[in-house]
Amino acid sequence: MAVEVRVPAILQPVVGGQKVLRVEGGTVGEILDRLDQEFPGVKKLLLDENGEIRRHINIYLNDEDIRFLQRLETPARDGDVVSILPALAGGGGDAV
Amino acid sequence: MPVSVYIGTPLRRFTDNLARVEVEARDVAEALNRLSVRFPGLRTELFDEAGQLRRYVNVYVNNQEIEDLAGPNTPVRDGDEIAVVPALAGGGDGAADGSPAAPARERVIRLTPEQVIRYSRHMIMPEIGGTGQRKLLNSSVLVVGAGGLGAPAILYLAAAGVGRIGVVDFDVVDLSNLQRQIIHTTDAIGRPKVESARETVRRINPDVEVVPYNTALSSANALDIIKDYDVVLNGSDNFPTRYLVNDACVFLKKPLVDASVFKFDAQVTVFLPGKGCYRCLYPAPPPPGAVPNCAEAGVFGVVTGLVGAIQATEVIKLILGLGEPLAGRLLLIDTLAMDFRTVKLRRNPNCPVCGDNPTITELIDYEAFCGVPVLAQS
Repeated sequence: MAVEVRVPAILQPVVGGQKVLRVEGGTVGEILDRLDQEFPGVKKLLLDENGEIRRHINIYLNDEDIRFLQRLETPARDGDVVSILPALAGGGGDAV
Repeated sequence: MPVSVYIGTPLRRFTDNLARVEVEARDVAEALNRLSVRFPGLRTELFDEAGQLRRYVNVYVNNQEIEDLAGPNTPVRDGDEIAVVPALAGGGDGAADGSPAAPARERVIRLTPEQVIRYSRHMIMPEIGGTGQRKLLNSSVLVVGAGGLGAPAILYLAAAGVGRIGVVDFDVVDLSNLQRQIIHTTDAIGRPKVESARETVRRINPDVEVVPYNTALSSANALDIIKDYDVVLNGSDNFPTRYLVNDACVFLKKPLVDASVFKFDAQVTVFLPGKGCYRCLYPAPPPPGAVPNCAEAGVFGVVTGLVGAIQATEVIKLILGLGEPLAGRLLLIDTLAMDFRTVKLRRNPNCPVCGDNPTITELIDYEAFCGVPVLAQS
């Protein structure tokens, strides 16, 4: 077993088109580091220069927003699901 | 001992200002008839030319609506109280230039036989019944955007009998819309979307009034438009409008049913007043260009139908007070796996708009908010 990381459609191109990645457990921060080693640039999309989660991105451990847990120190164990959710607006045309 | 009839205030000018009148009667129809014999001016207020009780007059026996009893044939006994109360909502005074006031909006109290058939599949369910269907007919929903999400939502809200549906969209129907915006048809290409939507609804359900707003929602008009509706459904397609609608709903304390779609995935939630808002979830938008829109990335047309219908479901549940709303939860949909998950949403006590100490108390410049790089936000 491992930690399941669910990647939203908008970020799938950065991780080789995959929707679900399996990584070794650890804190969420460690998991993002490991992902970044395998797919360079992932971390920069999710964290800002201060190492904080970008404000248009939410990360969940199972069904809880890690901002309400221990943020990047939140531990993820075998069987847990880490979901990354960026803000979406949808739509078409010349909208922002 | 006779039956006591309580006269609602607007009718007292016909009953010599009496608030309470006693009559001998065996059922409601007889009581109101005798009342009208004694006070002839009351007859046309209560009954139409066919002798039917007017649809906007509420009648209660011992505080129960006669709709839930036996209608005008509801039997009454000595000591019972009948209450007759017209249900005209608003109307207001005449305009300043002396022109007469607009007619007061009639509230639907009694369904016509045709409506009873039209909504029969709702009304035979104890969870809805005649009471629930009347709530729908008397409700109002504002749909922001008549596009991918708005289109199916409006169709279902109209079919369900939501009495008034406001539709905000400044755009015209385009050929590329027809892959998913099922309220619009090929012959509507080039026409304003709000007009197209109104026309389709008219053919589905003449009970429904569609109020078109052929304009962009902005800080200048949002509060004015939204205040007249019970619930708001967000089908907009850009971040500035998303934040604008959110903030306006927080300020006006309106429930907001929010959703967004990207390719094959979607997110749906309900923001209830006091229970969190879009900014609790995403305090700032992505940098411009970070999230492609449907024209750039494409979208699986059917997903908008699924999601718009979920939004309409949540709106109707709120109006009827049924089930559990998607409040405090974000529904995540992956249509390729047909996987539905929820994550918890919480109100952020530090939210600048809905938190304990709000710093944003007015609508702002949303284009600027979304155009400025995220790091520059204070």
